[in-house]
Amino acid sequence: MSAAPARLPTPLILSAPAALLFGALILTPLVLTALLSFNEFEHATGRTHGFTVAHYAAVLSDSYYLEIFLRTFRVAALATAICVVIGVPEAYILSRMRNPWRSVFLLVVLAPLLVSVVVRAFGWSMLLGPEGPVNAVLMALGFGRMRLLYNEGTVIVALVHVMLPFMVIPVWTSLQKLDPAVEQAALSFGASRATAIVRVVAPQILPGILSGSLIVFGLSASAFAIPGLLGGRRLKMVATIVYDQYLSDLNWPMGAAVAVLLLAANLIVMLTYHRVVEGHYRRRLG
Amino acid sequence: MTRNGPIALIFHSLVVLFMLAPLAIVCLVAFTPENTLSLPTRGLSLRWFEAVFRHPDFVQSFWNSLWLALLSATLAVVLAVPAALAITRWEFRGRGFLNALFLSPLIIPHLVLGVAMLRLFALVGATGSFGWLVAAHIVIVTPYVMRLLIAAITGFDRSVEQAAYSLGASEATVFRRVTLPMILPGVTGGWLIAFINSFDELTMSIFITSPSTVTLPVRMYMYATESIDPMMAAVSAIIVGITAVAVLLLDRVYGLDRILVGQH
Repeated sequence: MSAAPARLPTPLILSAPAALLFGALILTPLVLTALLSFNEFEHATGRTHGFTVAHYAAVLSDSYYLEIFLRTFRVAALATAICVVIGVPEAYILSRMRNPWRSVFLLVVLAPLLVSVVVRAFGWSMLLGPEGPVNAVLMALGFGRMRLLYNEGTVIVALVHVMLPFMVIPVWTSLQKLDPAVEQAALSFGASRATAIVRVVAPQILPGILSGSLIVFGLSASAFAIPGLLGGRRLKMVATIVYDQYLSDLNWPMGAAVAVLLLAANLIVMLTYHRVVEGHYRRRLG
Repeated sequence: MTRNGPIALIFHSLVVLFMLAPLAIVCLVAFTPENTLSLPTRGLSLRWFEAVFRHPDFVQSFWNSLWLALLSATLAVVLAVPAALAITRWEFRGRGFLNALFLSPLIIPHLVLGVAMLRLFALVGATGSFGWLVAAHIVIVTPYVMRLLIAAITGFDRSVEQAAYSLGASEATVFRRVTLPMILPGVTGGWLIAFINSFDELTMSIFITSPSTVTLPVRMYMYATESIDPMMAAVSAIIVGITAVAVLLLDRVYGLDRILVGQH
C-alpha cells in the first residue's frame, strides 16, 4: 500500500471487477480445498483439523479407490477412442457436404451439446430400458430381452453421445483450414482414396483429433451425471465417489483429496498435450 | 468438391440417429397417456405436462433456474465486456495470467469447482444463498462470453473509433455509439450461450444449492435417482423445447456454427 494512490492503468481498472470475482470464487476455494484435503477427519464429530496425508495415502493404496480410478480411466479412454472412431469420419463427411445440408447436419450433430445432460441421460435410460425400443429390436431379432442398463457399456455409450460434439468441433475446424486442392492433387497423381486420406488428410487434422481427444478424455473422466444416473449404485466413478464423500459420508477432507487428484490429473494431461503439440509445430516450422 | 459415397451416407445417417434418438424418445414419451414410461401408442395426452405444472417443487426449481440464468448471463456480460477490452487492446503485466484465469473454468472440472465453492460458502456462512449461487454461475459462464467477445473485438476495425475521436466524440460516446454496436453480435451471442450453460448446469450446482434454491437440473437429477415416471419425460421435453428456442435464436443472432466451432 503506497500513501499517495498512484493512478491505476486503464486495463487493470477495466479487468478488476472480473479479476476480483475470479480470485474470490476460483483461486480462493481451490486453495481452501487443497488445504482441506490435508485435514484430519473425526468420524464421530465430523470435525476437521490438524495435518495429515492419510487421505492421499488411502486413495493411492486402498484397492476400493484404485479400482474406481482405474474404472474411470478405462471408461474415459474407451469413450475417447469411440469418439475418435465416430467423430473424425463424421466431421470429414460433414465437411464434404454442400449447403444447406452441411449447416443443417452440423446443427443436428452439435446442438445436442446444449441440451441438459440430465435429459440426455434420461433419454438413454429409456432407450436401453427393459421395455425400451432397443430391447424391442433385439427381441424382434430373436436375441431375447437383455439387461442393458447399469453397466460400464451403458455409461460409455451415453458418454460418447455427450462428448461426440467436442470431438467433431476441433476436427471440423482443422478440416476447414485444409486446402481441398491438396487432396485433389493426391488423387490426380493416382493415389487411391484411402491413401489420400491416410497420407494427406490425416496428418493435417491430427492436431484437431488430439485436442478433441483431450477435451473428451478430461470431461469423461470427471463426468458426474452420466455415471450417477446410468451407472446405478454399484458402478462408481471418481465424480460419484466425491459426491458420496461430500453429501452422504460428510467426509469432506477425503472428498477434497479425491477432487484434488482429479484436478491434478486433468491439468497434467492438458499441459503435457500443450507441450507435445507446440513442440510438434515448432519442429515443423523451425 | 467430391461427393460422399453411399457408405459415408449410411454412416452419417447412423450418427444422426444416434445423436437424436435419446432426445426424440424423451419428447415422445412425454405425451404418453399411460402411468408408466411408454411410447404413446394409444393416443396422445398432456396429462404429464399438467402434472409438472401442478408439482410445486418443479415449478419453483424452474423459476430458480430461470432467474439464475438471466442474472448470471447478464452480469457475466457486464463483467466480461471491460475485461475483454482490457485483454485485447492493452499490453500490460499480468495480461496472460488474467486471460488464463478468465478461461480457467473451462478446464477445471465442474465437480472440483462445486466442492471448492461448497467449502468457501461453508466457511463464510453463505451455504444455500441465492446471491452466492449467482456469483458461482457468473464464474462458470464468463469464459464462454469472453471467448466470443475477444473474437469480436480482435476482428474489429479501429479506424472507425479513430474517426469518431477525431470528430470530437468523448470516450463514453465512442464506446456507446461505436464500440458497443460493433461488438453487439458477440455480446448477444455470448449472453445466450451463457444463459444456456447456466440453465443446464448440474455438476457444480448440486453441491451448492439448498432446498429453497434447487435448480431444475438438480431437481431432475434428484428425482430421477429416486423414482422414474413420465413426468420426468414431460420436464425433459419442456427443457428440449426451451433449448431449441434458444438455439434457433442463437443461430439467428450469431450463427450456431460460429459459436460452437469458433469460425468467423
